[in-house]
Amino acid sequence: MIRHWRTFFVVSLALVSAGCARKPGPASALKPAGFGAALVESSGGKQMGATGTVLPQPLVVQVNDDQGNAVTGALVEFNGPAGVSFDPPSGLTDSSGQLSTNVDLGSMAGRYQLTAHTSTKAQKSVELKTEEIALGYQQQLGFQLDNKYCARCHNPESTPERVSNYDNLEVKPHPFTEGDTLNKMSDAELTALISHGGPALNKSALMPPYAYTLSKTEIEALIAYIRLISDPPSPHASGMVYAQK
Amino acid sequence: MQSSENKLSSLWQTLFGHPVRAFGVVSLLLLIALAIAPAKNYFSEWRHYQKQYLALIRGRGEAVTLQRHFHDGIQQIWLPQFGVVDRCTTCHAGLKEASLADVSTQPFRQHPVIPHTLDQFGCVMCHRGQGPATTVEEAHRSTLAWEQPILPARYVQSSCGQCHRAPLTGTPQLNLGRNLLGRYGCVHCHTVKLPDGSAIQPTDDPPSLQHIADKTTREWIYAWLKDPQAYAVTATMPNFKLSDPDARDISAFVISSSTPLARDTAPAPKNQKTPDPTAGASLYGESFCSSCHAVQNAAGNVVGGDVGPELTRVGTKVKREWLRAWLRNPRVYDSGTAMPHYRFTDPQLSLLTSFLGNKTDSDFLANVHLDATTPEQIAHGKLLVTEYGCASCHEINGIKKPDNFAPELTRIGSKPLTQIIFLPGMTHALPDYIAAKIRQPRSFGAALKMPQFSLAPAQVDALTTALLALTDRAHDLPLALTVRAKPPSNYQPAGKAGQLMADMACFTCHAINGRGGDLAPDLTWEGSSVQRPWLLAFLKNPGTLRPALIRRMPRFNISDDDAKELTDYIMTVYQTPAFDRDSMPDSGYPPAQVEQGRQLFYSKYACQSCHIVDTKVDKGYIGPTLTQVGSRLTAPWIYHWLKDPQAMRPGAIEPNRNMNDDDARALTAFLMMQKSSGKQGAKK
Repeated sequence: MIRHWRTFFVVSLALVSAGCARKPGPASALKPAGFGAALVESSGGKQMGATGTVLPQPLVVQVNDDQGNAVTGALVEFNGPAGVSFDPPSGLTDSSGQLSTNVDLGSMAGRYQLTAHTSTKAQKSVELKTEEIALGYQQQLGFQLDNKYCARCHNPESTPERVSNYDNLEVKPHPFTEGDTLNKMSDAELTALISHGGPALNKSALMPPYAYTLSKTEIEALIAYIRLISDPPSPHASGMVYAQK
Repeated sequence: MQSSENKLSSLWQTLFGHPVRAFGVVSLLLLIALAIAPAKNYFSEWRHYQKQYLALIRGRGEAVTLQRHFHDGIQQIWLPQFGVVDRCTTCHAGLKEASLADVSTQPFRQHPVIPHTLDQFGCVMCHRGQGPATTVEEAHRSTLAWEQPILPARYVQSSCGQCHRAPLTGTPQLNLGRNLLGRYGCVHCHTVKLPDGSAIQPTDDPPSLQHIADKTTREWIYAWLKDPQAYAVTATMPNFKLSDPDARDISAFVISSSTPLARDTAPAPKNQKTPDPTAGASLYGESFCSSCHAVQNAAGNVVGGDVGPELTRVGTKVKREWLRAWLRNPRVYDSGTAMPHYRFTDPQLSLLTSFLGNKTDSDFLANVHLDATTPEQIAHGKLLVTEYGCASCHEINGIKKPDNFAPELTRIGSKPLTQIIFLPGMTHALPDYIAAKIRQPRSFGAALKMPQFSLAPAQVDALTTALLALTDRAHDLPLALTVRAKPPSNYQPAGKAGQLMADMACFTCHAINGRGGDLAPDLTWEGSSVQRPWLLAFLKNPGTLRPALIRRMPRFNISDDDAKELTDYIMTVYQTPAFDRDSMPDSGYPPAQVEQGRQLFYSKYACQSCHIVDTKVDKGYIGPTLTQVGSRLTAPWIYHWLKDPQAMRPGAIEPNRNMNDDDARALTAFLMMQKSSGKQGAKK
């Protein structure tokens, strides 16, 4: 009787531990058919997307050998901070040496540093870092306002829909990505500049005041957006900002 | 058997053999039973999270403040007006703590900044889920008793749409989704009633097929039915996945049901020489056809507007004589078309007809070989047209528009999961069902009639978001708690001018009194804004006001009488009640005031950053050129515009400068002196 109990116990323990053991992930199931020496980004870096949604473009990376030729069948794995998910999280490069993945940055606004890595034949790890930006509600609103009111002067790039006025201005405005200048200004200073115009801070009169056009909430949203996209990253930005730590 | 019975009886003896011992054992059992409830409470999930939260804040700089904000026990937000009881903040303890901005672990994250506060709206209004639940599982996922799981973050804008009927700047996805419901014609088949009782109206204007044989061939219809996007990548017509014989029979029926249109009889003049293709291209450009029509260029990019159909392969589609008649006056074929009547001359018609007619693609019809139509094919085609509900969108001779052809979607956002048949392997949640249904309707059954739309993933998400907003809550909220959209306007200008405006399709681009497009400025108060001679000249020959714009007012070649008629109507009817057009003079301002205005223009207000007054010095490229503004605008309009641009035209991007009266008057004086050279000469 007792022996029976013991066998039952041992068998059930074995069953439970087998069930608890981590199932092998699909990543390790993939056998690389090729090995490269370098990993480069083809497209999909530096994108902006709303939190909770998949980034507009997939992230595409390419594995090259030491001659710079594309490597087919190399294993690439993608990693990111908590909340970021990749579809697929890993895979083998196609005939042009590329692997494409759809990125969801999760539900928290911020700048995310993503890494892709592959191994060389000598099992040495090769890494590629890219950066993506997730816009929360506030930053998304700021982005819309930037498009409507600011970008024509502050963004030097013209688009088919909108000709940039940047080159026509005698005193050049600061593009919103210009972290070197904008990060030195406090939120209060930026608010004053947007609300009361350039002369309020002894800057160019070409910058008009927006206090009577934009609401306080809208100006806050604009600043939250500027803080998030600045390069180098701003110490004032809210949310996950990898470079602060 | 015997031994176990013995064991039991001996156990009974040990426990209850003696009355005192029995009493002790029973008391002990009772005590344990009584302790279960408090123990369950003590070991509950939410207490575990509260302990974790306390451990998290203990190590932080702002520990004292955070500790003071923290309340032990179950927390609850009760909003009787919405029927909301939320206990989410029991575990989500840090939602209001700005100092937790860097914490990424749930459930302790700070809530991102939004326009509403937690105390006013609670959590489930936006995130759905079960507010009163106190376990993770019951609060977030659907259970047998409760159907509503947490809404995935990608659709969260749908919750804004429950109360906000008008578009919001902060919800681009919801706005796009609502727009697509009309633009892709979803609401032709599916009725979507809004809480105010009105229904969403389609905006895609599918063509009538009553005279289709005049316009195109049976072969083109066949190929189009088989794959609309092969003809035009931007086509909104969905793919019905028709078999070859079905497409053959429908094309046979559609052609046979078409009646010839009483055409205007002006014959096409015999052309001796073939028109110059470059002249055709430049007429296409000068007429700003690309403001509304797109063409796919060699690189595969679709360039141009999306008001009218894409014209990349139009020569393969339409018959030349139809095209010529259409260009001469589109309203003969389709009285309600958004296309303006351009009043082209005969040589211009020949140029454009030849230019567009040459936009062909021989591949598109290369494999289409149809035999002569038989009566059986026509009968079968008619049956198919009825079955597929073609007449929900298109007017077809002999077929009545079906009512409620597809299920009504008025409350789709609250559809009970028990009424949904999910596909194997699919997440059992409403958003996933709606998205899958939009993405691939026929995956739910090959016999389903809903066609395959070609939508980008972002468009599918946007449509899902817009549909998820149509909840019971959205419909049952008291109207006072909703933000209503402006009611759609069916404004119709009167008389001869009204006919002219319909003929030139002014409302395709301009809005007046709440009706019309947003490609061009709102004209509701145009009569207070501009001077009569300028308007008359502009209607005859529109010049460029904003050099940076790609879309511009085309020239409609209207007669002097028509231009005068329109000008009179606009000047008389489209006046603002805010001021009198003649309250300030057009000229004769004192030189000192003009000079003061010049200085204000260039220094204090730095208007030259966006506008040009002196073409030699100024470069501003955003606002309209002001070199001749004194001959174009009225003085009181300029004055009031300077005081508050958004009051004159809602949504204007010129910032409100909070200008004082003196400055506004001086700037008005300076700007009114910027006359067109012709007029200035005449004055002197």
